[in-house]
Amino acid sequence: MIPLALETDILFAICGPLAVAGALGLVLFRKAVYSALSLAFTMLNLAALYVGMDAPMLAAAQIIVYTGAIMMLFLFVLMLVGVDRSDSLVETLKGQRIWAVIGAVGISGLLIAGTGQMVTRALGVRSANGEFGSNVQGLAALIFGKYVFPFELTSALLITAAVGAMILAQNVRLTPKLSQREMSVQRMKAYADSGTHPGALPSSGVVALHNSIAVPALLPDGSIAPDSVSETLHTRGAILDTAELSQATAKNFGLIAAATGTELGNDTNSGGEIE
Amino acid sequence: MNPDFVLWLAAILFGIGAFGLITRRNALVAFMCVELMLNAANLVLVTMSEVHGGLDGQVAALFVMVVAAAEVVVGLSIIVMVYRSRRSVSVDTASLLKR
Amino acid sequence: MITLLTDLPIAATGAFSWAWLMIAIPAFGAAVLLLGGKAVAGFGHWLAVLASFTSFGIAVVLFILMLSSPESSRAVAVPLFEWIHLGSWTISAGLLIDQLSILFALLVTGVGSVIHLYSVGYMAHDERRSRFFAFLNLFITAMLILVLADNYLVLFVGWEGVGLASYLLIGFWQHKPSAAAAAKKAFVMNRIGDLGMTLSIFAMLALVGSSAFVDVDAAASANASPWWTTIGFLLLLGACGKSAQVPLQAWLLDAMEGPTPVSALIHAATMVTAGVYLVVRSHEVYAQSQAAALAVCIVGAVTLLVGAWIGCSKDDIKKVLAGSTMSQIGYMMLAAGIGPAGWAFAIFHLLTHGFFKANMFLGAGSVMHAMDDDVNMRNYGGLAKVIPITFITFAMGYLAIIGFPGFAGYFSKDHIIEAAFGQGLVFGVIALVGAGITAFYMTRLMCMTYLSQKRWNQGVKPHESPLTMTIPLIILAAFSFVGGAVMNGWIQGWLAPALGTHPHEVGWIPSGIGWATLVVVGVGVGLGWFLFYRKPVPKQAPDTQNPFTIAGRNDVFGDAVNNILVVKPAKLAADTIIANDTWVFDRGVDALANVFLKLSNVGRKLQSGQVRSYALLMTLGVVLVTAVLFIGQLG
Repeated sequence: MIPLALETDILFAICGPLAVAGALGLVLFRKAVYSALSLAFTMLNLAALYVGMDAPMLAAAQIIVYTGAIMMLFLFVLMLVGVDRSDSLVETLKGQRIWAVIGAVGISGLLIAGTGQMVTRALGVRSANGEFGSNVQGLAALIFGKYVFPFELTSALLITAAVGAMILAQNVRLTPKLSQREMSVQRMKAYADSGTHPGALPSSGVVALHNSIAVPALLPDGSIAPDSVSETLHTRGAILDTAELSQATAKNFGLIAAATGTELGNDTNSGGEIE
Repeated sequence: MNPDFVLWLAAILFGIGAFGLITRRNALVAFMCVELMLNAANLVLVTMSEVHGGLDGQVAALFVMVVAAAEVVVGLSIIVMVYRSRRSVSVDTASLLKR
Repeated sequence: MITLLTDLPIAATGAFSWAWLMIAIPAFGAAVLLLGGKAVAGFGHWLAVLASFTSFGIAVVLFILMLSSPESSRAVAVPLFEWIHLGSWTISAGLLIDQLSILFALLVTGVGSVIHLYSVGYMAHDERRSRFFAFLNLFITAMLILVLADNYLVLFVGWEGVGLASYLLIGFWQHKPSAAAAAKKAFVMNRIGDLGMTLSIFAMLALVGSSAFVDVDAAASANASPWWTTIGFLLLLGACGKSAQVPLQAWLLDAMEGPTPVSALIHAATMVTAGVYLVVRSHEVYAQSQAAALAVCIVGAVTLLVGAWIGCSKDDIKKVLAGSTMSQIGYMMLAAGIGPAGWAFAIFHLLTHGFFKANMFLGAGSVMHAMDDDVNMRNYGGLAKVIPITFITFAMGYLAIIGFPGFAGYFSKDHIIEAAFGQGLVFGVIALVGAGITAFYMTRLMCMTYLSQKRWNQGVKPHESPLTMTIPLIILAAFSFVGGAVMNGWIQGWLAPALGTHPHEVGWIPSGIGWATLVVVGVGVGLGWFLFYRKPVPKQAPDTQNPFTIAGRNDVFGDAVNNILVVKPAKLAADTIIANDTWVFDRGVDALANVFLKLSNVGRKLQSGQVRSYALLMTLGVVLVTAVLFIGQLG
């Protein structure tokens, strides 16, 4: 007898491949943010499957805890360490990828071969859910009855994890905090020793079309003042191209010159032309 | 919903997670792959709950979620610490054992 | 060969039971001097002299007691204590005071005491004087243990003790590298002889079950066995080492690096003659084995020629005397090997030689004292008038050694030459020629030192030695003169019970061989006189192409022979072993280690520190385990 296609079968036919697609996205996207979103997508699909398997409480927890809390935490940390960098996909370890495929296929294949055909008949949890009224009551009865001790242990685990995270996140100062006075003394000493400028650093540039902090200030000879942009931006490589900047300025000067007939900008050139 | 197919799905997700864990160098992505594998395990638990007609599997899945949450908290803070000291979250750079 | 069984020694009574004091007193003296350090530095040497003279006194008392007792009860055994009790072997330490050992004890303590006295003067300015006297006392102790022991094991203790004392005293001026090297050389070469000693003792223990002289003698005379030949050869090896006989002769010349009293006491009068004592003491063994006895004769004959040869060509006065010592001990060995006819003469010559050679060594010391420690005779000359006492006493020794009628050596050596002719014509001729050469080189020494023209170095002002040095010279000179005559008719009869021999008739008038000897000696003296008195002695040793002279100056190439026969092969063996060690064992072990190193490097690669590698390995492991489980389930 051909079984009827129940609504749960349809649900699985839709959500199962989507979950696999999300998982593949997690593994294959170069950008970590996409990966994270793919994972969130997979989790949502799993939540839908849970609903299909009469586990509404778990479905809710999956969405709220996993997709909501945990994945957002991941995203938060991703933002912290820089989102717009995409990982290199060049493999550095020899044979790593081939063996990874063999391992992954092997583990999946063995699991499917080993467990994929052992179930003959599903009992369903309808009756179990109905015993205490609903799925939530049934779970509650188990958690606070049969599994109350492991449940209490999870609370200890969470507390420990929270404390651990706080300790890890705490910034331990290795050197005493310098006072204003000490810092000024240091600055003067650096000036005396190596001629480092003791005053404030030059501010970033305001050049024609740009006025962001990523724009370095231009010195009178057209070169840039290296101290005028934040070091963090330097390391990220987020500084705008100075050649481009000076080119724009020169172009504007050129337009002005053409409009007014006077030579602006490059003095040596104009001097030559007058003669 | 045929439980066999769900188990297949779980196995495939687990395999993909393992593959990602092995190949991805970004610690965060590797970590997410671990989460995927955990989710695959959860799926099996729920399915088995369905097969056996009891709620114990779902309770176990809930516990897995709790443990995963705790793990993520600690794991992520470790990653942040590593990032602070090394300015990188690549797992390959943290290979001090070799020399 | 028929021998009489010796009378068994009687148990000790009275004064004899205190005989051990003879050994204990110098031992105590040595201990006090060594442990006392600076506290005894001021008077320690007199303490040592006192200890030595006390020992001598005891020996004299015992000797007189023996003289006064009947012949059958003269040999006395003094058991001391049970030393080793091991299975069926019980080895007790004890003393045997018989006619042979008491003579030796008298020689050791008598000459030893005189030399102690001499050393008081000779070592007066040495800052380590009390140590020197401690070593001298130690030597007296060890030598007395050697000669008074009643079995071979105890004898071996003394044997090693004198070796130690000899080592310490040769190297006494250890700041001189040559002295340290000489001490080491003597020690090492003596070890070779000691190997023979120990092996022979083991053989005795295995064969007889006892090392006591009485038991070994009884066993040796009771049953013939090829083992006695082996034991005889091994004992001869020991004797060669200790007595500087060919082939173990090379150390004695270098031993002259020690202070002169040491050369006189240890390397002329007493210790080096211990080999002769050993052979004579083991007479029953040699009576059993013709071959071993013949070997003793050959060794003695060869050594007496080699020693004389060296004595002819050396310019160092002490080395001439050392060569002469080797030669004279060669005579004794020859006599000891001849058999019952020669044993008593060997001991006789040993005693007289002890007197006149100690006398001449001390005389040489006195000359060196006068000449600012110069030993080269080419820098001497004309000293007879400057140091008359030394000259006259030395002359006594000279006359004694060349065998001038009436002097000590005349009696003892002539008997040996006669006995050698009895053994065989070759031995007799060698002994006769040796006497002539002896006369030649001793005349050379006398002429170069005392008689010929002065060849002194600048700034040298010879002077006569102090009384502490000249009195011993006079005493020893007196014995060199009369010692032979006194003992000539007596010693054979005295030693007969101990050696189991019949005394031969010896006369005062030279026999035919005696006359021949006198002629040969006369020729030697005349030749020496002609070459070194009538002709001027050059200050520098003249270059020569004469192979005999070159060989003599090089100690008859003793060192070269040792180098080629022993040192080179030993070095080769050592090099081989080193190479073997380096190339086989080291490399083998290294290779094994390298295998594991490579293996660990392979293993180390797995521990790359790459988390992802670990994850991969773990995954593959899971796959493997799962696959195994799965396949198992299928089956």
